[in-house]
This record gives sequence, C-alpha cells and structure tokens, in this order.
Amino acid sequence: MKVKFYILALLVLAVSASCELDNFNEPDADFTGNIVYEGQAIPVARNQVRFELWQSGYGSPAPIDVAIAQDGSFSSRLFSGDYKLIFLPGEGPFRASSDTLYFNLSGNKTMDLNVTPYYMIRGAQFSQSSGTVSGTCGVDQIITGTNGRAVERVTLVINRTQFVDTNSGGEGSIAQVDADLSDLNNLSMSVDIPEDAKKPDQDYIFARIGVKVEGIEDMIYTPVEKLNL
Amino acid sequence: MKKHIYLLLIASVAIWSCSKNDEEFLDRPSTSILTQEQIFSDPKTTLSVLADLYNRYYDFGTVEDWASLAGFNVAYWSEAGRYPEFQNDGWGYGAWGTWDYAYIREINLFLERCSEATELTEEDKTRFLAEARFLRASYYFEMVKRMGGVPLILESETYDFSGDASYLQHPRETEAAIYDFVISEAEALKDILPNDANTKSRATKGAVLAMQARAALYAASIAKYGATTPQVSLPGGEVGIPASRANEYYTKALEASEAIINGEAGGYGLYTKKPDLSENFSSIFYDKANNPEAIFVEDYLVGGGKTHGYTIVNQPRFGAEEEEGGRINPSLQFVQSFELLDGTYAPLENEVGDAPVYFDNIGDIFQGRDARLAGTVILPGSKFKSTDVDIWAGVVLADGSVVSGDSRGQQKELPGMTGQVQVVGFDGPIDGLEFTAQTGFYIRKYQDPATGSGRRGTQSDVWFIRYRYAEVLLNAAEAAFELNQPELAADYLNDVRERAGLTVPLTAADVTFDKIVHERYVELAFEGLHFFDLKRWRLAHVILDGNPISPEEVTENIGVATKRETQPYNIWPYKYYNPGDANDGKWLYRINRLSRITGSDRFRLGNYYSEIGQGLINNNPKLVRNPNQ
Repeated sequence: MKVKFYILALLVLAVSASCELDNFNEPDADFTGNIVYEGQAIPVARNQVRFELWQSGYGSPAPIDVAIAQDGSFSSRLFSGDYKLIFLPGEGPFRASSDTLYFNLSGNKTMDLNVTPYYMIRGAQFSQSSGTVSGTCGVDQIITGTNGRAVERVTLVINRTQFVDTNSGGEGSIAQVDADLSDLNNLSMSVDIPEDAKKPDQDYIFARIGVKVEGIEDMIYTPVEKLNL
Repeated sequence: MKKHIYLLLIASVAIWSCSKNDEEFLDRPSTSILTQEQIFSDPKTTLSVLADLYNRYYDFGTVEDWASLAGFNVAYWSEAGRYPEFQNDGWGYGAWGTWDYAYIREINLFLERCSEATELTEEDKTRFLAEARFLRASYYFEMVKRMGGVPLILESETYDFSGDASYLQHPRETEAAIYDFVISEAEALKDILPNDANTKSRATKGAVLAMQARAALYAASIAKYGATTPQVSLPGGEVGIPASRANEYYTKALEASEAIINGEAGGYGLYTKKPDLSENFSSIFYDKANNPEAIFVEDYLVGGGKTHGYTIVNQPRFGAEEEEGGRINPSLQFVQSFELLDGTYAPLENEVGDAPVYFDNIGDIFQGRDARLAGTVILPGSKFKSTDVDIWAGVVLADGSVVSGDSRGQQKELPGMTGQVQVVGFDGPIDGLEFTAQTGFYIRKYQDPATGSGRRGTQSDVWFIRYRYAEVLLNAAEAAFELNQPELAADYLNDVRERAGLTVPLTAADVTFDKIVHERYVELAFEGLHFFDLKRWRLAHVILDGNPISPEEVTENIGVATKRETQPYNIWPYKYYNPGDANDGKWLYRINRLSRITGSDRFRLGNYYSEIGQGLINNNPKLVRNPNQ
C-alpha cells in the first residue's frame, strides 16, 4: 500500500511540474529578405556582413545578430514582437540608412532592406578554357562626392565549393587574381585552376568577382557562377 | 533538600550573569580579521596589502600562461587540444578584453586609506602611495592598449542605494587622455620612487620611466600609423589619436628612454656576462643575480610558494622531467628572420635549384646567424640542461622517399640493412604528435636550466621581465627614427645588435621602418610585446589577412614588415641513407606545413580594440562601442 502511495505522489508531482505556466513558446516567425539596391540583391562574403535586431521588453537587452548570406539574403527565426533593426557603422560594403528601422513581427515576414553600395559590378561574364578561368566586368561607382571611395582592387576568385570569397582563406578560395584597374568600365582577369591532388576529377568550379573598396573591410561581389570544365 | 540546592545554584547563576560589564565582556577583538586601523598602522601589513595589488598586475603575456607568449603564428602549439587554434580563421571581437574596475577600486581604496594613516612614517607612506599609483597607471595602460579610451576613475565610489545609479556611470575618456594620464603619472612618480637598479620586483624610478617611454611610444605610433586606418577610430576620440600629436609623443618617448640610458635611474645596462653570445642572451631571462638588464619583473621563488610551470610545459620532450613538454614550437618564418652575422637576410638554404643541400652536422644549416636565434630557440643539434635534443624527422633514401615513424624514437629496418635502426628522433618531429618539436624547434627563452624546474613538484622560479633595458634602447631607436634622427637610432640599434654578435654596424641610411620592426620582432619575441607592436603600427590586419601562405612565398621577403603571418611553417631535418654515396649519413632539410594547420588567421578591423560587452553597455549606456564590431 505504501509503495502505491509513493507512486501516486510522484504522479501528482509529474503532472503539476509539467504545467505550461513557465514554458515559452518556441520562436514562431521567419524574418527573411535581401539587402537590395534598386531592387537588386547585393552579394557579399558569407557570414561577414551582419545587422542587429533588438527586441524590447525582455529584461536586459542584447542584440540578435543576423548574418547575410553570400547571395545577399538573410533569414532569422524569431519570436513575434516589436523589433528595431540597425546596421552598425562600418559594416558592409555599402552605406545603410543610419536611422533605426522599427517593425512589428507577427507571423512570417519578408522585407528587403535598401542600402547604397559604393560600387556595383555590371555585366560580369565568366568563361573557362583549358584550365584557366577568365572573368570580365565593369564597375559602376554609386556613391560619389565626399563620401565616395576609390576601388582598391577587383579580384576574380575561384573555389571548388559553392562558397567563394577572399575572406575565408583556404575555405573560400583556391586561387584568386587581381585586375588591372586602368579602365574600371572594362576589367578582365584570368586565373589558372590549381591542381588538387585530393579531388583531381571534379569537373566543375565556382567563380565570382569581388570589389574591394578602400578603407572598407567587406567586399561586394557578383553572384556565384558555376562553370563546367 | 537537594532540590533547594539546585534552585540556589540557578538563582546565583542568574544573578551573576546580569553583571554590568556584559557589553565589555562580549566585545572582543577578532583574532582572524585585521581592521583597517591595524593594517595601516604597521608598514609590514600595509606592504602585504600592496603585495596583493602587485600580484594582480595584468600582463598580456606571462610565463604563467605559455600560450599568451606565443600567439599570432610566431609559433605552432604542440598540444593536441590547441590545434583548433590553427584551424579557425581568426579571433572574436571580445578576445583580449579586460575590464577589472574592481582592481582599480581596490587600488583607489588603498590610496585613500593609506594616505589617512597616521602611524606610518612619512617615508614609508610616500613610497607605498607612489607604488599604488604606479600599479594603477600600469593597469590603465593595459586597458587603453586593449580597449581604447576607458572611464578614468581615480577615487573609490559608493552606491547610495537610492535606486538611481546614474551618478556612477562615467563615459569613456579619449584614447589620448588615458595615455596622457599614464605619462603624467609617470612624470609625477619618477622622483618619488626609489632610484635603485637592484630593486626589480617593486616599482622604481627605472620602472616608471620605462613605462612612460613605452606608453609614449605606443601613443605616438597610434597617432602616426592610425592615419592609415581611419575607420579604426571613433568620432569622440575614444579610439584613435590625432596625427598631429605624434611628434609630441615621440619626443616624450625618446626623452624618457634616454633618461634610463643616461643612468638617471641607476645602473641599468645590457646583460653581457657570458662569453658565448647565445647563452648570454638566454641567461638574461633566468640569471637573477645582479642582472643589469631587468628593470621591472614578476618574481618567483621555489620553496617560497610562488612558482610557475613554464619549463614543465615547454621542456624538450626527450629527457623531460615529466611526461610532457615541448608546447611552443617557433615557426620557420621566425627562425629564418634572424640575420646572418653581416646583417643580411637569407632563407635557410635547404635546396639549391631543386637539389637538396647536404650538411655534415645536423645544426650546420643554422650556423653563422644572429646569436639571439640559438638564445631564443632550441635548434636541432643543440642542448638543453646539458642534454642533447633529438630532433630529426626521418631517413631519406636514395630515391628521395622517406622512412619515418609515428612514435618517438621508433626503429625500423632500412633497405639493404639487417636489424632495426632508429628512424625518427625522440623529440620527433612527428606531424600531429603533441609535445614533439613539430616545427623542428622548441622555445628556449624563459626556460629554466635549473634541475627540477620541469618537475611538477618543484617547478620554476625564473622571473618574468616586464621591462628590460634592451627594449628601452629599441624604444629610443624607434622614437629617434621617427623624429628624423637616424644616426641616433642607428647607435641605439647597434648597441642591441652588437650584443647579438652582428659584425656590421648599421649606418644612419640603413635604419628604415622595416629594420625597426624586424629588430623588435627578433629581440622581443615571446615576451608578450609583439601583438601590441602589430596593433599600434596598424600592421595586424595586413599581415594577418586570412589568406594561406604558399610554400613559395614562405621563404621570400624576409625582414619585410608586411610579410604575411597567417600560418606557421616548419623545417625538418632528415638523415640521408645511401651507403656508398658521398652524402651518406649527412643531413638535409625539408620545408613543409603541418597537416593540422588548415585555417589561416584573419585579423579584422574590429579586432584592433576589444569589444566592450553588451552587459557593460546595458549597465552604463554612456559607454560607446568600439569601431567595426
């Protein structure tokens, strides 16, 4: 009889302890979108450019970092509520509005964020022949005047995987080459595909062109292009 | 009747316990806690409070934490748990942060209580107060190096429990203001502190002048070279110093350094006691008797309860006093940057064309270089504690193939030979095997040659030198160079270089920025100073740019300040086995990169000043974030 009593007590405990009173709901809203200029997404290096979301009303505030993917998109799973969004100064190869953006999230939301890049890469073309990848493009200055900045270098980057950038070291590029900057409207560069003992039979490669702006850490890129060898 | 006696007894106890002296009787002085008055009435107890503050001094690099001395790819870390440091691509923004205002408060409290003390002699009191101010300035210097401008709190503050703490929230000062504070405190203290070159572990005039020289030099170079990275600054000046102030700071740095060089602070000089120049160089760091080079140190004492395990973790694995050691493995790039004796740069010549060069003795490839090389690094073919190290990676056969092993000192049978022979050194190098000399080298600097220093039960009491005379000379040289006095700069550099055995003195025309950078790199390596040099010259994001180093470029551009430093390389000795050949039994060297090194470090602009945590900003909204984070 005594044993049964303990079981009963345990049952009561289990039932009462698992009440919903102190449980949070899981985050329920997807916040997605792109960083865009004139409706065009701006590709950047993977996990290098971020903005911050702040949700008010929950004790001591801390920012939620949202990293921008390499095609210029972002997505974050959040709790419904009121948010403000800020770009930290110096973040990204663009000038974002310095105003804080307020928005309300209830359910999924898609929002494009307008920014003004220093440059845009126009008309990028890639080709490959006999172990060499070539790329051509023009670079169009968007921000001029006192806030304008010069181009430091234009780089063609190739990589074996679809993650291509100059920042991630050996993970982001297997070879890269800088262009001659004498005519920014007409840039061309070509780079040899290095031999890779680990994977000699891979018959495709990924390439993109990046522009480094003087005094800005993050580069602006073209979308990643897959080339069949 | 018995009942009555009990009653009587109880009654008498009750009466007796109601005596008038109750309060006096119960009010006993504590036997385990000293009161403020007791402490500050005796110079010995006051000194012990001060000793606690000394003990909490913040060092960026220290012998108590080997990794802190060996960062930024100057060395590989031969410890399995640390390999990930070479597989990631950089550092978080919070790395290297320090924000210990509890320490500042306790120094401030010490200053306030000690200055109110009545029973200390005026002489003792003055010295104690000056020492505490030196410690406070030292910590502000440490904070400004890592965080930029910080709130400058010079009095202890108390919360009044009113519910409003805003009067305790102070904004950040400018970076220049904190440097100015450090420099002016040094100016004020230099004539109060004892002028005694034999006091090493307490603040002296020499220590305070050395701190002043270093602080002024750092501020000057941030002003000058900060102009190349305008984005590493804040509009309020909390980070960044105006370029116009560079000259003023350089002048101050030169003045303070020359005060020490001219003997105003006592008899400091270069350590030159031993005839063998390499041994002489390594002795600077462990010879504690009448060492004129050390200015301010953290001292230790075996048997005195204060020791450290630097030798335990770094001793050569073969013959080690414990089953560990060998953690810091200096890189090929570091070793090859030591000049030839005539002052020219040259890579280690392991190949001519594509043919290997054969050496009669294992250490020959390192001969004829700057004596500081063998004084800083344990090279293959050299000794530690009179025992030979056994660093060689394998046997190269006639066709160029390698026979090696995967355990220390392994034996194998070679073709055309009966019986087994050793095919790899007892110190390795074996790729991925921790505690072996994986780059081909061990560290020598700060290793203790005393017996027992590598035992956990004994440990080492080699001191850690925070300021030494050679750094003062190099500070003076750099300041003189920046002030367009290259002759003077050459003189100071030559003092240091002559001790290293370099035969051709520098002329004024030889002194360039790259030369200054190089000299500090080789002289002050593994002393915790390299990182701040990279930061203040704004070179960190250039040489740590996140790109891997190719085998071709690793031996190029030696001595160039902007040479990439993202990965350490290694150079391994092999024994040549080809009976009948003239080169049989000789040594050849191969350059390689370890398989565990898969990442390459990238120093982001936001790494220049460590992040001030969100928790701190929440508590004090007046704090401004550091740039680029």
